[in-house]
Amino acid sequence: MNKDLPRWATAFALPLLNLLSALLVTALVIHLLGESPTESLAILINSAVINPEGLSYTLFYASTFIFTGLAVSIAMEAGLFNIGAEGQMYFAGLGLTLAMLTFDSSLPALFLIPVGMIGAALFGALWAFVPGYLQAKRGSHVVVTTIMFNYIAAALMNTVIVKLVPPGEQNPASRAFAAAAEMPRLNQWFPVLGETPLNISFFLAIIALVIYGVVVSRSAWGFKLRATGLNKHAAHYAGIRISKMIIIVMLISGALAGLGSVNSIMGSTHYLSLNFVGGAGFIGIAIALMGRQHPVGIFLSALLFGSLTQGGFDLSLEKQNIPPETVILVQGLIILFCGAMENLYAPALAKLLKLKK
Amino acid sequence: MQPAVEFRGISKHFGAVKANTDVSFAIAKGSIHGLVGENGAGKSTLMSILYGYYRADGGDILLDGQACRIHNSQDAIALGIGMVHQHFMLVENMTVLDNVMLGSEGGFKLQSKRAAVEAKLREICARYRLDVDPLATIHDLSVGAQQRVEILKQIYRSANILILDEPTAVLTAQETASLFEILRLFKEQGKTIILITHKLQEILDITDTVTVMRGGRVIGAVPTAGTTKEDLANMMVGRPIENNLPRAPYNPGAPVLRVENLQLSDDQQVKLLADIGFTLRAGEIVAIAGVSGNGQSELMEILSGMRLPTSGKLEFLGKDLPFGTRSDADGLPRTFRELGIAHVPEDRLRDGVVKAFSVMHNTILGYQDKLKNKWGLLNFKAIAARCDALMKSFDVRPDNHDLRIGLLSGGNQQKVVIAREVLAQPKLMLVGQPTRGVDIGTIESIHKQLLALRDSGVAILLVSVELEEVRALADRILVMCGGRITGELKIEEFDTTRIGLLMGGMHKS
Repeated sequence: MNKDLPRWATAFALPLLNLLSALLVTALVIHLLGESPTESLAILINSAVINPEGLSYTLFYASTFIFTGLAVSIAMEAGLFNIGAEGQMYFAGLGLTLAMLTFDSSLPALFLIPVGMIGAALFGALWAFVPGYLQAKRGSHVVVTTIMFNYIAAALMNTVIVKLVPPGEQNPASRAFAAAAEMPRLNQWFPVLGETPLNISFFLAIIALVIYGVVVSRSAWGFKLRATGLNKHAAHYAGIRISKMIIIVMLISGALAGLGSVNSIMGSTHYLSLNFVGGAGFIGIAIALMGRQHPVGIFLSALLFGSLTQGGFDLSLEKQNIPPETVILVQGLIILFCGAMENLYAPALAKLLKLKK
Repeated sequence: MQPAVEFRGISKHFGAVKANTDVSFAIAKGSIHGLVGENGAGKSTLMSILYGYYRADGGDILLDGQACRIHNSQDAIALGIGMVHQHFMLVENMTVLDNVMLGSEGGFKLQSKRAAVEAKLREICARYRLDVDPLATIHDLSVGAQQRVEILKQIYRSANILILDEPTAVLTAQETASLFEILRLFKEQGKTIILITHKLQEILDITDTVTVMRGGRVIGAVPTAGTTKEDLANMMVGRPIENNLPRAPYNPGAPVLRVENLQLSDDQQVKLLADIGFTLRAGEIVAIAGVSGNGQSELMEILSGMRLPTSGKLEFLGKDLPFGTRSDADGLPRTFRELGIAHVPEDRLRDGVVKAFSVMHNTILGYQDKLKNKWGLLNFKAIAARCDALMKSFDVRPDNHDLRIGLLSGGNQQKVVIAREVLAQPKLMLVGQPTRGVDIGTIESIHKQLLALRDSGVAILLVSVELEEVRALADRILVMCGGRITGELKIEEFDTTRIGLLMGGMHKS
């Protein structure tokens, strides 16, 4: 955080400048690839925001990203860098799927959705528990253990999914759930959204953001959470049980990452497939950093990454010289400018503001 | 004779704050010059200008009569100015030799130069009796020795003017004495020393002349021989300081804390506390005197629940303090606080406050669970009002509860911590080094607060390495050395020599 700048500058002006820098570098790359940057930007914006169906896809991706972003953010508030949202969400998909495969023929939709969410949250939390426990009681650094757990999750799922493949199928995926297990899609109320996977998970994500905001900055528990993150010694002095706090925060973080899988599976594919997470957990890190762990910031960054995912996909379809991987390049640049070099423009901005006074 | 350093009309402002206004005085060559003033009086700014960290808005600095342009610390070093900071600038896991060479390596191959530098260091050490092994690693050295390394570094860079910022804040009495020996040797060699300190006794002990600053201006520049501590204190604060604060007659009540046979060993089975036993009664202040690092910090940590003793019994208001099992020990500070034990920790920045939190947030640290409603939420409107009242009655400046506490001066941070703990209406107050790094005016107000607390019937256990403070506050004095209590005195028996002997480990026999 920069000390000399007013709040609005650090909260909005700096991220915006960093974002523009990332886009500028992207424009250069697109130019070098032999395509027009302006045209490409127009395609990207049109497909991600202006076209209603495109917008609905943007919001669909953003719903998942909000959950993973929240997962990384809440751990960050306690001073823990949870790199493992990817693996937690992946393992949570298994919990959700097991719950669905067990209950989807016996329970009505009204119960299936909460059961799926509980299954996902439980498995996500479980996957984060071990790193949390090791950090709290043994001092094993959570960054190292969560990265390891990403790999363990990937290897484990390779083995487990094979067992779930229905007889006679070639596809490494579980059977599809019953229709009752599908999250209600928004296009049934808003036909303008077209053929879209956007579902009520989006509203669940908004609710999660609000709860997160209230708990972190208004509750006594949130106060203890932030105190632990900012000064462990003072937290101990204040009577906060730090090891318990670490374990609980990691459980919550894992559960939030796990809830991201509800949107991906129950909202869209309706079956468990290999690598369904597709980097959403890692994007959560970028969202937490760029959104500065603030609910509004997380929401806006999730929207940004959602539109990049959607717009970038269409861009690579329309422009032959632009490979689909360009999206990853843009995401990488945004992380570079907003995370690693977030204060690049701070001195210049501080000078400018001083001059104006 | 030409003065070594002369300030002429130095002014510097930061935004609306005038840190230095028309500062002019001269420092004679080969003298020790004291610079005193409260926190925020402008001493550090002035020295930072001399050392090239800041550039003055106006005025000149003359070295040996020549006007100099000092734009950065390289310029200052080239002109023979050296600075020993309060917080050492040493690489902990490198040797003394490497630390000295750091920044002046000169060339790609280190080895050839090392031997030469080492020889020179040994020569300097011998000449100034610095007693530092150039091949020792920094983290093996005591604080006093580390400071000598800083001094060594400056001499090696041929500094003729040495600025020392609060050099004795971290030193024991013996280390301070040996530092002063070194400074006297310096003076004999014709070097000039500028000493910034809060401790007026040191000014009288070692300086030749002294400059007092207040509010960014020079209030007086006088020869030390003609002044007294009282004169200096009055000049610093701008009003007479009360030496003997009023207090109710000594009338201790029922025992509040009884410590019996307390033992503490660390992981290597080294005894940190041995056979500690004493009783503390309501309405009295018991001070623990001693050189820092003799077990006082550990004792305070145990009494506040932050650390578990190896064995021993603690009785609070007639009941045993629940030490529980080792696995849930990290919840003890909360339990103890709820029982009525408040704690002003020794290391306020490490333990007492969360620097990145606002003043308001810091006023509820440790009491957050008492203030939450049934939904677990905090009412920040009420907390802000509570904080404003607290800041007003304890005169915390500036009176803005949204300011991050890290931006407040040490004295004001301490006022917030003490106010927070007093507000909890404790039965027992543990106070560690309440006035470390705090200026004279604030010391007085903190002392008044503690005495008022005592008069209202609270039992206070005070740890202080300042005998002045012990004398000003204590009803009884316990002296600690090497983890043991080596003696007990009533305040009427206060005797610096005797306490000094007990602090050095001489038993009362």
